[in-house]
Amino acid sequence: MDPMESLAAALQRGDDAAVREHTREAIGLGRAPAAILNQGLLAGMGVVGEQFRTHQIFLPEVLLAARAMYAGLDVLQPLLERDNVPMLGKVVIGTIRGDLHDIGKNLVGIMLRGAGFEVIDLGKDVPPERFVDAAVEAGASVIGMSALLTTTMVGMKEVVATLEARRCRGQIKTIVGGAPVSAEFAREIGADDYAFDAASAVTRVKALLGVA
Amino acid sequence: MRPRLQLLDEALIDRILDEARHVLATIGVEIESDEARALLAEHGAPADEATGRTRLPGALIDRALDTAPRAIGLYDVLGAQTHDLSGTNVHFTPGSSAILVLDHATGTMRPPTTADYVEHTKVVAGLANIAAQSTALIPADVSERIQDSYRLFLSLLYGEKPVVTGAFTVESFDVMREMQVAVRGSERALREKPLTIFSCCPTSPLKWSHVTSQNLIDCAQAGIPAELVSMPLAGFMAPVTLVGTLVTHAAETLSGYVIGQLAAPGAPMLWGGSPAVFDVRYETTPMGAIETMMIDCAYNEIGKRLGLPTQAYIALSDSKLLDAQAGFETGMGAVLAAASGINSISGPGMLDFESCQSLEKLVLDDAICGLALRLARGIEPAEDFPSLPRFTELLSDGHLLISDHTRRHLRDQITFPGPVIDRANRSRWQEEGSRPLGERARDEVERLLAGYRPSRLPDETARELVRLMEAEARRAGMPALPARDP
Repeated sequence: MDPMESLAAALQRGDDAAVREHTREAIGLGRAPAAILNQGLLAGMGVVGEQFRTHQIFLPEVLLAARAMYAGLDVLQPLLERDNVPMLGKVVIGTIRGDLHDIGKNLVGIMLRGAGFEVIDLGKDVPPERFVDAAVEAGASVIGMSALLTTTMVGMKEVVATLEARRCRGQIKTIVGGAPVSAEFAREIGADDYAFDAASAVTRVKALLGVA
Repeated sequence: MRPRLQLLDEALIDRILDEARHVLATIGVEIESDEARALLAEHGAPADEATGRTRLPGALIDRALDTAPRAIGLYDVLGAQTHDLSGTNVHFTPGSSAILVLDHATGTMRPPTTADYVEHTKVVAGLANIAAQSTALIPADVSERIQDSYRLFLSLLYGEKPVVTGAFTVESFDVMREMQVAVRGSERALREKPLTIFSCCPTSPLKWSHVTSQNLIDCAQAGIPAELVSMPLAGFMAPVTLVGTLVTHAAETLSGYVIGQLAAPGAPMLWGGSPAVFDVRYETTPMGAIETMMIDCAYNEIGKRLGLPTQAYIALSDSKLLDAQAGFETGMGAVLAAASGINSISGPGMLDFESCQSLEKLVLDDAICGLALRLARGIEPAEDFPSLPRFTELLSDGHLLISDHTRRHLRDQITFPGPVIDRANRSRWQEEGSRPLGERARDEVERLLAGYRPSRLPDETARELVRLMEAEARRAGMPALPARDP
């Protein structure tokens, strides 16, 4: 089997040790780091994402695949940096001020990382200006915000307003999610998009950035 | 612990059985079959010349209960065991013998055709929680004289699961037995690995028609499992009280055991039924009535007190379409039947008082059956003690989604029904088209039909089935069978 196929297959099984080994093997065979990332790791995650969407596999299998992806990335990262291979994009995520619920946000982070994004997780109870500061500082293209409470979700609007005030609303996109949040609410506050769960967050962020 | 529904205490069960035996010994049963009457006369229970009824002494009943098997296995067309009809094991099968099918395209009920029957069989083949096929529809495009054998023929040709069926005439039994022998290879192999259950129905009150008593004897002698389907109607053909109806049911069912076990001691039989309360407002027999379900579960307890395999018509609905009533009546029945531990549960797919099958309802019911089967498995510890390691892992990792413990037990602890049951969040449901249950069920039917894999029955056996059926059709005056899918 082609090492890329072995790598993708190991990733789909969530076998982090095998992913690490196949990544090293591919590097040893002289494969380009970008190719290992795209044709091995991300190709495997693409299959996993589709299987999850169609209920062939469930969340635990996706998270295991994501963990295996990190194992491969740990090996590959120095070479990607050396070759200036960009990740899919940088995303700042966090749970909005006043909200201490971060289970959903954490899932989004795991899934985004697994899909090949660099994720800067600001944690929970994050003030609006901190989202913007972090995104500007890191050169992130997307801010993802989560809320579980109707009382805290209004803070999301402030993030959009802060981006507007700093004139970076076009360059830094916003996406919102969480139980009380809806597509309608996203439109009302001027957010660029809304995701109803962690898997759809990956799809929507990709769409926002125009990456396949 | 396996959860158990209990409606009767042992003292009440014993009293009901005593009363039933007293009724049988005093009033007796009316039996039309000459062979059955002769058999009973041989064993000291001749028919009363004045009344035509046969009184059944207690000793005869005791003997029948002694020889009746406590467990029955069923095997698919390939010979693999699919059923252990004993203890509190639960298996679902579609409701049988609908004279109508709910046509999803028009939303109307109409007589089913061969094509409908084949579609039904293909869908059943793909349903995870329906263990047996049933001859669920009566195809209207063949002669009435072969409608029973033709159903079994199609089921054996297109499906692999064992079949709950029955003969409509005495004459049909032979070819229906021959088809099974053809599948198994010999009469002995069929005895060793039963392929079907035949419904044999007494008529309330306390009567065995010529056809049903003869079918029962024929089944017993061929070693084909027979489910005794007593159908007392509370308040009409049985006392209005549930206990009174249970006495009637027990008497009729015990009389069936006597006939079957005298014909062939050790013959496989099920303590079954399809009783109902009688709705004196509409003159109907509601299967969705809670009292009907209570009678079913209670007679199951009586059958289990005797140690016998059991069957019931439950987990179906009287609604005329796939609506909330169809769902809740079926759901209540399935859950109660599973909790009661009825071994063979006939009902899924059925609407309109056991008269109409719906493919869309059938796929919904399969999901319901999955939930009921989960309930029947109850709650058991699974590497749960000591609990501390799970908490340590949770606090360390922040979640248990990829814990080894989760991965080992996720699927045996939690049931994940298919897309017919909506568990998406509202936004996802909207994004996927805000589709109502009927549409999701139709999609699932289409998916199962597209994914149908032909039966692995050997070609040679299939050809023999066709030969048998065509000969039977010719005998009934039909020169050719309707065209059917490959």
